Amino acid sequence: MNVVIVGCGRVGSVVAEAFDSAGHKVIVIDRSTTAFDRLPGEFKGDAVRGDGTDEDVLRKAGAEGADVFLALTEGDNRNVMSAQLAIEALHANRVVAKINDPLRAAAYAELGLATICRTDLMSNAILGYVGLPTTGSRGVVAPTGVHAGGEHHHERDGLRSGVRSGPVGLGREPISAPSPEPDSGREA
Amino acid sequence: MFVLVVGGGKVGYYLTKELIQSGHEVVLMEKDRARADQIADEIGSIVIPHDGCEGKYLGEAGANRADIVAAVTGDDEDNLVICQMAKHHFDVPRTIARVNNPKNEDLFKHLGVDELISPTRMILGSIEQDIPVHELLHLAGLGESELELIEAHLDAGSPAIGRSTGDLQMPEGCALFAVIRDGVAMPLRSDMTLREDDKVIAIGPEDCETLLKEQLIGASATES
Repeated sequence: MNVVIVGCGRVGSVVAEAFDSAGHKVIVIDRSTTAFDRLPGEFKGDAVRGDGTDEDVLRKAGAEGADVFLALTEGDNRNVMSAQLAIEALHANRVVAKINDPLRAAAYAELGLATICRTDLMSNAILGYVGLPTTGSRGVVAPTGVHAGGEHHHERDGLRSGVRSGPVGLGREPISAPSPEPDSGREA
Repeated sequence: MFVLVVGGGKVGYYLTKELIQSGHEVVLMEKDRARADQIADEIGSIVIPHDGCEGKYLGEAGANRADIVAAVTGDDEDNLVICQMAKHHFDVPRTIARVNNPKNEDLFKHLGVDELISPTRMILGSIEQDIPVHELLHLAGLGESELELIEAHLDAGSPAIGRSTGDLQMPEGCALFAVIRDGVAMPLRSDMTLREDDKVIAIGPEDCETLLKEQLIGASATES
């Protein structure tokens, strides 16, 4: 699989390493080259310095048609924009955006974007650990709606074929929560 | 009208002041506390010192009853999210976004932002109008359609000089509608003979340009 990861922070670098050692072709993009220090010496993928919300940068890095596209920077909005570019302009297949604001995460899941929310994951992990009832938010949300573009047919070049008729991103396949805690956002 | 302005930089600040002056109800959101306080000192308690990208605060600012949300921060990704949240989560009828990277325009439109303001594009357009290149000038885009208002300046080398406008082969969907001669605008008639230095005004889709250029400017145009 071709895997693109935007944001080489603690999470991004671990996920990149995992995909890489499982034999997938990985491209990691980050605005700062020092972030790539987190990658292990034996990392075989590409590390590209650039802004993951810039379509040109993503295209040049080879993100077009990626099988998996993960937007994992520290900025919710950068992730949202990067992920939507991946769906609409780059025709990536499974797209996930990290969105730490729970309201925004839920809203974008409704708009057809698979989201993962650290706030929900951690609160639930902690609440579960101390024996309090969890918030009910799943933390990892597969898209429930059709991605936004579908409704607004400004069929401009480059975006035209990005209009999909069905759910995009994770589609119907669930992903399991990447959390070690038993109760933390794995609700089915 | 109730307008929610997000982003208290120069644009947001002056926009808010102007809107108040013309009698609209305005709330400004600015996440930088010091900046928010500074603006509030001057224009009163309509400033909310929170991040307009966060759904919770958008709601508290009254997004659900806003007629317009204007996202004018300096970051395109923030403006996109503000408009999408306003539109889809709070059902705001009209969203306006400032777009800094002109390349983002297509994406923003596609994702449902109602209106885009691109300072970069505007300045670019203005510069293009001032440079006497032998190309077509884009005067304006026409609303939401793909149509553009285009001006062609007929230089000595133009193949259209001496021909009547009715003889020109116009690309499909493209219409000539006026000639500016010696500073005077004239409606186009099909028996009108074109002269050097005429400016021809056309409306057409972006992709008619190549043909239009061939007809009005000539093959040598690209070299200059």
